[in-house]
Amino acid sequence: MATKKFMYLNRKASYGTAYAIESLEVVLIAAAFDQDVSLAFIDDGVYQIVEGQNTDGIGMKNFSKTFHALGDYDINKLYVSAESLVERGLTADDLMSLVYEDEDDDWAEKPSVKIVSNAELTKIMSDQDVCLSF
Amino acid sequence: MLHTVNKSSFERNSLQSCLNTIDDTSVILLIEDGVISAANNANSSMLSDLATQGRVYALQGDVDARGISSKVADNIKLVDYAGFVDLVVEHGTAVSWV
Repeated sequence: MATKKFMYLNRKASYGTAYAIESLEVVLIAAAFDQDVSLAFIDDGVYQIVEGQNTDGIGMKNFSKTFHALGDYDINKLYVSAESLVERGLTADDLMSLVYEDEDDDWAEKPSVKIVSNAELTKIMSDQDVCLSF
Repeated sequence: MLHTVNKSSFERNSLQSCLNTIDDTSVILLIEDGVISAANNANSSMLSDLATQGRVYALQGDVDARGISSKVADNIKLVDYAGFVDLVVEHGTAVSWV
């Protein structure tokens, strides 16, 4: 099967709506079909990968841990909008440390998250075959 | 009156609509994605006056779920579900800015 470049645009915070968890489900499906998958976190979507989420008080599943599994599915291109972080008073230190093991580099552990400007994101998006917005 | 806001101020204008019509004695309770407006960020000025007057609350469980408990503005009060009920009892008519 031909491989296409898929990008998933995550624009909403987790838990308030089902968009975040539904996106994650579809991301994993695309990975199962060996597609080239990238994720972008823009606007309130940046809250999806904030460190220290605790859902005990709202009776919902804390699915933020699933993001740690993406590296094992060869999903290691997670782009975060720098502008969206700044607007929300967040920095790189507030985000989960998401990593993957690089098979071309003796399985060295490397960061999956890359903070990019919106201009850089524009370029990355234009390089995709399919962009899906959640 | 008690006004609840459950949408992020970065995504919808619910909070602004609420602020446009709120009277001098009403309080605001931020719930669900509304708690994003309780964090120190580019939209903080929207609530700063009311928060200074002690009239802004946020639901603790929703704050914790989003990992932003360390970011909540100093003068915004955190309440649990029991506190939510107390606010309803105390302030009478509730408006839900969905």
